[in-house]
Amino acid sequence: MDALHTFHSTRPLWALLVSLLAIPLIVATGERHRNLRETWTILAAVAKTVLVWSMLPWVLQGRVPEISLWRITPSVELALRVDTLGLVFAIVASTLWLLTSLYSIGYVRGAGEHKQTRYFASFAMCLHATIGIAFAANLVTFLIFFEMLSIATYPLVIHKETPVALAAGRKYLSFVLPAGLMLLLAVVLTASIHPGGLDFQAGGFLSGDDASRVLLRWIFLFFILGVGVKAAIMPLQSWLPAAMAAPTPVSALLHAVAVVKAGVFGVLRVTGYVYGPHLLKDIGVWTALAWFAGVTLTVASLLALRQDNLKRRLAYSTVGHLSYIVLGAAILTPYGLIGSVLHLMFHATMKITLFFCAGAIYVRTHKEQISDMVGIGRQMPITMGAFAVGSLGLAGIPGINGFFSKWNLALGTAQGGQWIFLGLLVLSGVLNAAYFFPIVQQAFFRRNPEFSSYGEASMWMVVPLALTALMSLVLGLAPNLAAHAWDLARAVSAAVMGGAG
Amino acid sequence: MSVKWTSRLWAGAGTALATLVSAVGVAAAAGHEMAQAHGDLSAIHGAATQSPDAFQIPAMVLAPLLIGVVLVPALGRLRRSLAYQVTVVVFVAYLAVALKALTTVLAHGTLHYKMAGWMPPVGIEWTLDALSAFVVLVLAVVAVMVAIYSGVAVRRQNPEREVPFFSMMVVMMLGLTGMVMTGDLFNLYVFFEVSSLSAYALMAVGDRKAPVSSFRYLLQGTIGASSYLMGVGYLYVLTGSLNMADVASLLPHLLGNPALTVALVLMVAGLGLKMALFPMHLWLPDAYTYASSTSTAIIAPVMTKVSAYVLIRMIYFVFDSNWVLSDLHLGFVVTWLAMAGVIWGSVMAIAQRDVKRMLAYSSIAQVGYIGVGIGTGNPWALVGAILHIMNHATMKSSLFMVTGIVEMQTGTRRLQNWNGLGRKMPWTFLAFTLAALAMVGVPPTNGFFSKWYLALGLAGAKQWVLLVLLVLSSLLTAGYFFRLLERIYARTGEDVGSGSARVGEAGDGGVREDGGANADGVKLAGASGSGIAGARDPGLALLLPPLLLGVGTLVLGLVNAWFVTEVIAKALPAALRIPGLGG
Repeated sequence: MDALHTFHSTRPLWALLVSLLAIPLIVATGERHRNLRETWTILAAVAKTVLVWSMLPWVLQGRVPEISLWRITPSVELALRVDTLGLVFAIVASTLWLLTSLYSIGYVRGAGEHKQTRYFASFAMCLHATIGIAFAANLVTFLIFFEMLSIATYPLVIHKETPVALAAGRKYLSFVLPAGLMLLLAVVLTASIHPGGLDFQAGGFLSGDDASRVLLRWIFLFFILGVGVKAAIMPLQSWLPAAMAAPTPVSALLHAVAVVKAGVFGVLRVTGYVYGPHLLKDIGVWTALAWFAGVTLTVASLLALRQDNLKRRLAYSTVGHLSYIVLGAAILTPYGLIGSVLHLMFHATMKITLFFCAGAIYVRTHKEQISDMVGIGRQMPITMGAFAVGSLGLAGIPGINGFFSKWNLALGTAQGGQWIFLGLLVLSGVLNAAYFFPIVQQAFFRRNPEFSSYGEASMWMVVPLALTALMSLVLGLAPNLAAHAWDLARAVSAAVMGGAG
Repeated sequence: MSVKWTSRLWAGAGTALATLVSAVGVAAAAGHEMAQAHGDLSAIHGAATQSPDAFQIPAMVLAPLLIGVVLVPALGRLRRSLAYQVTVVVFVAYLAVALKALTTVLAHGTLHYKMAGWMPPVGIEWTLDALSAFVVLVLAVVAVMVAIYSGVAVRRQNPEREVPFFSMMVVMMLGLTGMVMTGDLFNLYVFFEVSSLSAYALMAVGDRKAPVSSFRYLLQGTIGASSYLMGVGYLYVLTGSLNMADVASLLPHLLGNPALTVALVLMVAGLGLKMALFPMHLWLPDAYTYASSTSTAIIAPVMTKVSAYVLIRMIYFVFDSNWVLSDLHLGFVVTWLAMAGVIWGSVMAIAQRDVKRMLAYSSIAQVGYIGVGIGTGNPWALVGAILHIMNHATMKSSLFMVTGIVEMQTGTRRLQNWNGLGRKMPWTFLAFTLAALAMVGVPPTNGFFSKWYLALGLAGAKQWVLLVLLVLSSLLTAGYFFRLLERIYARTGEDVGSGSARVGEAGDGGVREDGGANADGVKLAGASGSGIAGARDPGLALLLPPLLLGVGTLVLGLVNAWFVTEVIAKALPAALRIPGLGG
């Protein structure tokens, strides 16, 4: 840990701000010049992605860029630090934002959505907040961006402004606002028992001497309630299927990647960088968290089986897969953590592919029910081919990146001797296959005369979904390619488990 | 009837104020020269670190207002529009001096000004320390903003009343500033009444019901003021002094005396009533709702806050806060009453259909937060309370001004009729949204940080139940603001299940005259007649003040640590200084 070398750099700040700066441009350009407006989004996304990726070599060398802005409270600075875990999340979010932006253009124009300016502006705001969460160097900065993300997502959830969407928005707020307050409570209590500072530290900065075990357990509960809503840990998950009322690109990026991953990222931060494995074992709360995750990933898969609406099935699948990540963090073994970080990246590429496919089908055919999608594979071969790749990966078939992360998670449970959780992982893998394969099977191997006239959706949509499917495939064969996912995950695990002392 | 009511109130208040104001004015003018001499003296003795210039500042803060009290009605008589212009100039000058005052106090420490050269405890002393300079600055900012806004607003809502209106506004600011700066318990009462009487007069301008609700406020406010005065009487009998610092130094010998307890309770009760501490808030909802939007915009952000400031002054600077809060268990009482007010005010706000009334109830809740901080009595909680004085002033004045704008542009304050206004009045509602998010406490707005320090204080005091209530109470605030934001941005003109929402489309007359549009029987004055369908952003004079304050909630949130370390930490009483902060 001491080998890490931190140095001052403004690059994290630019990576954070570039999407915020795009918002006034997007709003000022407005509906009249749609192409120019979308140019701002694309430019911001490209800049953000390039800036984030440019920090990868530093992090791989063990160098940590950081920047302190100013004191946001008398003892805590508004500060950004790009550690390994933060970079993993930032890479996922920024890269997929770029692809989602391209896809969004095809989607909102194809589906004739209204208020597109608000849509793109909110999207940029969400990404700003997401990168802020990823790079936050301390709990207060984290809390600020976490809340910002909650609010920025709201306009996207209610985007359609139908009664259903408004109800979904209210449901969304009634989950995330209390969660934000729980997080506030947890952070305030942490600040009051640990006045020395709230900087994240691999292996945790709290110790058993800071407060009584009872109080530490309560604070942990508040933390998990705070981040657990976004991570959709049962019984806090029901906002996520409701939020599917949003346009599909929103579901794809925010409700499969940015927002929900911010939740699991929060779990990783709390377990690995606030409490640390040592203290968690000491106060014994990790088993409770692991059980909640274990139950969630099983029950969510069972619920996914029953959904006929494609997006809702994907939503329940997301709930399940988020708990894979939580479980990996909760069982406190090196391989569990590696699997957790890998799944944070890999689940994103697979699930966003599936949502992109669902959106392409919707724009082209206006069909949302799985039972209506019989034979669609013949008309939309690329789309459904990509869908097949994503679903095989999520079920854990070797050759696609999902296998790799699940394998490490399984190793982690075995390493900790947690045979029950290993069993649950396997069971859930089978259930994944059970709820995904029929979709693929009926799309390709059954005929439906109704679909004779449809073709693929526009290139704006097909290219991104093909790219994400390709990514899943390539990362499945060479997990360490490009993003060095394997190296990064190992570095996170070594830092957290090593820091535990 | 109502006209007579109002004019009588005006006449009564005017006579009383004229007497008081001229007395204060003459005294101050006389004191000026004497003080100068005194300043020279102290320079010779080398006792004071402050320069003679700095020494004048407490008097200079009041000077623009004293001049304004004479100039506004005098020039307003010549030409009515001059009243507005002079008021703005006066308040800008006031703001400039207030800024200078704060920087001077931060650089040189507390400033004392002996009025008319009489040495305390016999003479009246004005004290500018970090706390009073901070509150004066808040008052000045709100005054300037609302004054700019009022030019158009008063002309449209209360035509032909500009001169008395602006005169009263200046008098009220004078009274409030006096309350904040005085170092004398009885002098505080005098300014208390100056500000209250002018506030009653301002509140009587507005809807048909305004004089009645203002009169109720007058009755209750007088009880509060009398209660405070009786407390001062007891203190005077016990100590033989009215100077705050003097009394503070004499009190430790009297701690066991039951008369002292009575004095304290009388004062806290009186101030509690004026700051609308639950359950003494009954005057507030009607008074805020029926008063004209300008009256509410100037009174709501500052009136209750100054009472809260005086409460802080009494509990922490005059009395021994440890004795008051712990030994007498008054901390427990104040904290829990305040928390009850937070919850009661928020729940009632949710139940309202009139936006202005909703904001009025929300004021009760927000003052409750300040009360929680005062009652908890540890450094961070008190920081939260003092910070919230500023934060709530910025948010609430912005919100009330926007409500006034909507009332003027569309003729309605009904919740249902706000559907879709966000598209038609984007800049107005940008201000509203920012202030609303600050009210909910979304980071990084200033409302979040008020909550942060209060929560830190409660956690430090191990008040777990209060801590959880404090944090969760934001949900209630979120309840009524997000409901409104959803209407403003995501719904269109028609509201399912509400017949009255359609009235807005009937056009100008239908909204203004038709009682059906306002189930409360509220007659809305000054609607410009464009109706809801044609609603649009107002001109800059109306728009800029709430927008600046709305953006201010964001800026003040981002720089809150500066205020906390540089100003508020220095404003804390000696016993509660935070180690490593404020020097």
